[in-house]
Amino acid sequence: MDPVLNSGDTAWMLISTALVMIMTVPGVALFYGGLTKKVNVLNTMFMSLIAFSIASIIWVLYGYQFAFGEDMLMGIIGNPANLLFSGIGVDQLSTLATTVPETVFIAFQMTFAAITVALVSGAVVERMKVSSWMVFVAAWVSLVYVPIAHWVWGGGFLAQLGALDFAGGTVVHINSGVAALALILLLGKRKDTKLLPHQLGYSVLGAALLWFGWFGFNAGSALTAGGLAGSAFIATNTAAAAAMVSWVIIDYLKTGKPTVLGAISGAIAGLVAITPAAGFVTVQAAVIIGLVTSMVSYLSISYLKPKLGYDDALDVFGIHGMSGLWGALATGLFAAPFINELGTGLFYGNPGQLLTQVIAVVVVAGYSFVATLIIGKVIDRVMGLRVEDKEEIEGLDINLHEETGYRI
Amino acid sequence: MKEIVAIIRPNKLDEVKDALEELGCHGMTVTEVKGRGRQLGITESYRGSDYRIDMLPKTRLEIVVADEQVDNVIDKIVKTAQTGDIGDGKIFISPVEEVVRIRTGERGNEAV
Repeated sequence: MDPVLNSGDTAWMLISTALVMIMTVPGVALFYGGLTKKVNVLNTMFMSLIAFSIASIIWVLYGYQFAFGEDMLMGIIGNPANLLFSGIGVDQLSTLATTVPETVFIAFQMTFAAITVALVSGAVVERMKVSSWMVFVAAWVSLVYVPIAHWVWGGGFLAQLGALDFAGGTVVHINSGVAALALILLLGKRKDTKLLPHQLGYSVLGAALLWFGWFGFNAGSALTAGGLAGSAFIATNTAAAAAMVSWVIIDYLKTGKPTVLGAISGAIAGLVAITPAAGFVTVQAAVIIGLVTSMVSYLSISYLKPKLGYDDALDVFGIHGMSGLWGALATGLFAAPFINELGTGLFYGNPGQLLTQVIAVVVVAGYSFVATLIIGKVIDRVMGLRVEDKEEIEGLDINLHEETGYRI
Repeated sequence: MKEIVAIIRPNKLDEVKDALEELGCHGMTVTEVKGRGRQLGITESYRGSDYRIDMLPKTRLEIVVADEQVDNVIDKIVKTAQTGDIGDGKIFISPVEEVVRIRTGERGNEAV
């Protein structure tokens, strides 16, 4: 039977696309902007804004084509048959989401490419040249995001191996977290590494928009408007809530007081962890995934980071990398065949799935780390990655943008 | 005439203002300032890391009054701005040579 357009699915995918867009601008921009020093607030927001636009253009010209074109070269990359958006008909249906137009699937996937690279900015803020960031965004989306998206989602070798990643635990979160780590190793530490949010209220708004948009991210990844989308939706919300509660409990145990930054950090960690699992696991499993993930990220931020001494400014590796890692492995543990027939985890009698998840994590993290190091190194040689000391001390807004966030 | 500069807790401004009004002191200049005293600030905690915030927000109140009113004003400020905890602030008193009301050109106590 030939696939037929389903208007319910199409409407839901259009809405989901707009929801995921809101995660980057203004979600990530506000979340990160509130956490930096007030002399860097505009630069921090700009990094997300420009990342969204650069990734959007790359995606329609060639990014989608290489990521989701018919597999070639033994699972390494897609065949870019529709370069420059040529030959994509208005009524043509997507091959991966068979009831929606291909244009809608392209737009949906575009927002994922954009947020992934925007997330990296949180680690490198307050010291990276804005020109180098823009070049990095273009290079990284092309050379890191596109191939990894193909491997996991576009029919590439990790997909053929059976790796499970419902909405981007490896493609988006491990990928951005590990890339962030590689880039900050090249950039070095800031002169002032304190995390003293200048306007935590922005971050609360940003986190709320991320949570809201995440329903499109995860439930939209069902690619249909039906039971699976509903299941992913409730699992997503449950994990975020459990992780917020868990982080707040850790705060209580550590300092005797719940912190607002802890609450929103926990929520984001929970959303990250449930991302690969959302359409595979039960709501009960989502509670466990959420409760555990805050411990993983908290330990990584308060023990691993100071011990190893890297300057992950806004904890992109600590939250996206580590909670993404936990989520990818948890998917191999908790995937329930009665939720989604495509995934059966260790607890339902398929230990091999956990091994497949480990392979996917190692491949994605390894490639992302090495490729990001190479891209960063080349940009450093050609144009330099880091701003002048004077610019860093005075603030990036006035020096790189000739603007200030606050007139008072 | 004396100038009284009081550094007080920001949340005590309204009480102090009302108390001074009872004494007939209506005019004042108020600035939001930052500073520290002997306690050297407080601690804030973000994602498990503790940072000492050593400059705390305070409110700086400037009033100029006739000599015979000085003690009354100081008493009122101490009484209303006091909590007994560290961080209540300080009052500084200094002589003022001359006061001029710009609108009329009046000088001295008339202009206060």
